Amino acid sequence: MRDFDYAVPSTLTDALALMAGASVARPLAGGTDLIDHVRTGRLAPDLLVDIKKLPELNRLEASPSGLRLGASVPCWKVIASTEISRDYTALVDSCRIIGGIQIQNRASVGGNLCNSGPAADSIPSLIALGAQCVIASKDGTREVPVEAFCTGPGKNVLQPGELLVELKFPARAVRSGSHYRRFIPRNEMDIAVVGVGASVTLDESGQRITDARIALGAVGPTPLLATDAAQALIGQAFDEVAIAKSVAAAKAIATPISDMRGTAEYRVHLVGVLLARVLKAAVARARGETFTYQPGH
Amino acid sequence: MSTNGKPKYKVIGTRPIRHDGVDKVTGRAKYGADIRLSGLLHGIVLRSPHAHARIVRIDTSRAEALAGVRAVVTAADIPPQGDRMVELGEGAVNMRHLSANVLAHDKVLYKGHAVAAVAADNVHIAEEACKLIDVEYEVLEPVLDVLKAMLPDAPVLNDDVRTDVMGGSPAASDRPTNVARQIIFTKGDVQAGFAAADVVLEREFRTGTVHQGYIEPHNATAMWNANGKVTVWMSTQGIFTARQQTAELMRIPVADVKVVPMEIGGGFGGKISVYLPPVAAALSKKTGRPVKVIMDRSAVFEATGPTPASYIKIKLGVTRDGMITAGDAYLAYEAGAFPGSPIGPGCMCVFSCYDFPNARVEGYDVCVNKPRSNAYRAPGSTNAAFAIETVVDEVCQQLGIDPADFRLKNGAKEGVRRVDGPVYSRIGMLETVEAIKASEHYQSKLAGPNQGRGIASGYWFNIGLKSAVTATVGYDGSVTLIEGSTDIGGSRTSIAMQLAETLGITAEQVTPSVVDTDSVGYTDVTGGSRVTFATGIAAIEAARDIQRQLVIRAAELWEVDPSTVTYVDGGVSGPDGKRMTFEELAHKLPETGGPVIGNGTSGKATQAGAFGTHCVDVEVDPETGKVQVLRYTVAQDVGTAIHPSYVEGQLQGGAVQGIGWALNEEYWYDDKGSMRNATYLDYRIPTCYDVPMIDTILVEVPDPQHPYGVRGVGEVPICPPPAAIANAIAAAAGVRMKQLPMSPPRIMSAIWERDAAK
Repeated sequence: MRDFDYAVPSTLTDALALMAGASVARPLAGGTDLIDHVRTGRLAPDLLVDIKKLPELNRLEASPSGLRLGASVPCWKVIASTEISRDYTALVDSCRIIGGIQIQNRASVGGNLCNSGPAADSIPSLIALGAQCVIASKDGTREVPVEAFCTGPGKNVLQPGELLVELKFPARAVRSGSHYRRFIPRNEMDIAVVGVGASVTLDESGQRITDARIALGAVGPTPLLATDAAQALIGQAFDEVAIAKSVAAAKAIATPISDMRGTAEYRVHLVGVLLARVLKAAVARARGETFTYQPGH
Repeated sequence: MSTNGKPKYKVIGTRPIRHDGVDKVTGRAKYGADIRLSGLLHGIVLRSPHAHARIVRIDTSRAEALAGVRAVVTAADIPPQGDRMVELGEGAVNMRHLSANVLAHDKVLYKGHAVAAVAADNVHIAEEACKLIDVEYEVLEPVLDVLKAMLPDAPVLNDDVRTDVMGGSPAASDRPTNVARQIIFTKGDVQAGFAAADVVLEREFRTGTVHQGYIEPHNATAMWNANGKVTVWMSTQGIFTARQQTAELMRIPVADVKVVPMEIGGGFGGKISVYLPPVAAALSKKTGRPVKVIMDRSAVFEATGPTPASYIKIKLGVTRDGMITAGDAYLAYEAGAFPGSPIGPGCMCVFSCYDFPNARVEGYDVCVNKPRSNAYRAPGSTNAAFAIETVVDEVCQQLGIDPADFRLKNGAKEGVRRVDGPVYSRIGMLETVEAIKASEHYQSKLAGPNQGRGIASGYWFNIGLKSAVTATVGYDGSVTLIEGSTDIGGSRTSIAMQLAETLGITAEQVTPSVVDTDSVGYTDVTGGSRVTFATGIAAIEAARDIQRQLVIRAAELWEVDPSTVTYVDGGVSGPDGKRMTFEELAHKLPETGGPVIGNGTSGKATQAGAFGTHCVDVEVDPETGKVQVLRYTVAQDVGTAIHPSYVEGQLQGGAVQGIGWALNEEYWYDDKGSMRNATYLDYRIPTCYDVPMIDTILVEVPDPQHPYGVRGVGEVPICPPPAAIANAIAAAAGVRMKQLPMSPPRIMSAIWERDAAK
């Protein structure tokens, strides 16, 4: 493993100065991806900037206007939050299956996003829940929707010197529900062959969909916002016909590769299977029905 | 459950706490990676990026010039071997091949093949130095499939390999080939047998390359002393075979090598062959300092010995009423880079669970550009069991016969001659089937849709080989037990219990130690399900030696003739009701001549082999092809369970490894011969979420060749799971899986094919 410098700034300003200074600086939150990448030589940073303790990156504030989630907040805090569990359930579904308990104690949602893996388990949930990335540099701040954040496997819009500070989620509508699930050959500790996240809002009758967002993971170079698949549902009664239309639209944008985790044909097939299951779960949650999900099954 | 009126033992059959438990639970047990020595250097091995290439040139000068680098070695630093076959405990080994596997000579034969190694002040420098070694390769076309490698125009890996035809056929070609060995066994009249059958089924099977998946990577620390003596600290299943291999590879006397066993984090057959000790020794010889080398996980996958992928074709003939009339099997196993796949055991095991009146078995050992295959828990038998047990199940389905009843009708028993010759002594195949048939599991109803149940049986030989122990009686009534058997599955305690039983003392009075090669008599590897059997016999012999000496001591104390004294019930009894317990007599040892040391060896005893029958319920997701294992029961003939917890642990562990092999484990190669999943992330062994509690039924049919009836238990439980699960999948989803692993995409494809055929 290559030598690198390590700094622990106490303010965001100091952190941004450090990020802008060194030739190759990488922020360190949980480090569960970063350290392994440095160890295997995939990344060769000169400086690791430890951002775990910055207050701005540790926000977890749920309010009527929405949710603010600092980029360093570890998965376990997301899982433990009653507000997120109630209102942004898909994100908890994701955090529960990112690694095992030890990983969840360290790994952050922000880190999972910045690692920008096509199969990252948190990203479809972030997209489905409409999250915005708040990105800072010493020159200022900008916002990018999560679906526009990743630009390729391991790549994203962050420029040298920029830091993901937090994720902002809009307030949840009444009668809304969300769910994320992935397909893996095992029941735990695996990388998604396909992942699907969805958020739905129902009308007063609980039968008709008034709003929907759907996101797909591991079927393209970046996680995808499936706009047409969501449009196929909006304004429709939630039934098998609507599901079939949404599934067809989702499959149409899936461009997976064939690899050791599954053939392209199989992955496209799984998009349909998972989306139907995810929508039913999200609708059940929107209706306030009890829905328990056993990962892997 | 017990099928015999077994004698009541005091220690055997109880569950004492293992002697090494506290050290392992607290993390104080020392493994190979824990070695710290003064002046220790760290070694890193440079490995081939190509699956098949000629080495044109190696230039180590840039690496040697890097600050902190102390030595670089290549194959030129390992003495040449010439054409030598050396007996290495579990069979003869071609030393040139073994040497070329440790450091490649003129060719690399698989990706990950060791090419050179660096010793440096720390691993980071060594890693950097490896990048500075310039190796010029002439890349050759790889051959990665067993059947393709057998074709006449296939790229040939080894110029010195000719087909070794059993019986020495004069027609054998002198042309280099990948087909290293042909085996043919016949029994009876196969043609007539098939003519007498009402149903004849022929099916083809494929299995993938599978790794043992031990958690601890290979490691070795070597110190080549100024006097020419070499000490190796390492994790190994056999200190004496590791010593011999190291000595033979370095061409120094065996007595000049001492191997010190560290604790072992799993072996399963994969830690018998040496990879690192000669490399570490060569680096130490050059530097005069101890050198430690530890493989990373990718090296473990890419460059140690997995169990082979295989092609198997089975033809089975059965009468309408379910009697086997004939069988024909063709097996081709991938040896990997050098000859030596477990094709022999595969051929011997394929029909071993049944009484075949007529049968023919043909097998081939075939080199391909993958790592040299090595033993893995009942090597060769699981591949064969997957094929035959699946065909048996399909025949049963066609004939409407209960698969347990079919096995009871045709199952192997005492007196049956196997296709390869041996006649069974007392074995428990039928008893394991009866146990499954009578089990609540087999009798129960399945709980829901898309569920299915399957059963399958399996066989493994179990071996005897040689063991030695020394036991010293302490004056306080304790016994220290010195042994040379690596403790993988609780054998310290299982062996101590046999000594304790024989002396009539408690297991806790015995302190067992696994020591180095200078400190105990020759002991073969921990493998072949042999340790509890053979080292157990040695311990019983040592206890009897102690008994004999204690009788003499007691006779001296009592001033009676030794022939009037007997050792019974944990003490000595003499005339006129004279009696001393073991402990009382131990206290009197100082005044009767001092220490009492018992020695015991085992070398002649052979085992009868073990059978298991498994029953499994699965649920197949019809939309994804994913299999959940819902319920699993193992019934196995364990002879006599010395420590039932460890026996159950072996049965459960074997079943879990078999489940992994069945469902997800496989080396995934690209067309250039590069393994794409050389990490535990993508080489999927089961996690605790993937397996249910494995229920066990211990069937005890004592092996008469062991004083307490011990039968090896460790290996056979891996044989039945793939077939049992395939049979359960067939019942659940109506698809017959003929390729391992039965991964979700493969099952989904089979479901699509099934639906398309409707």
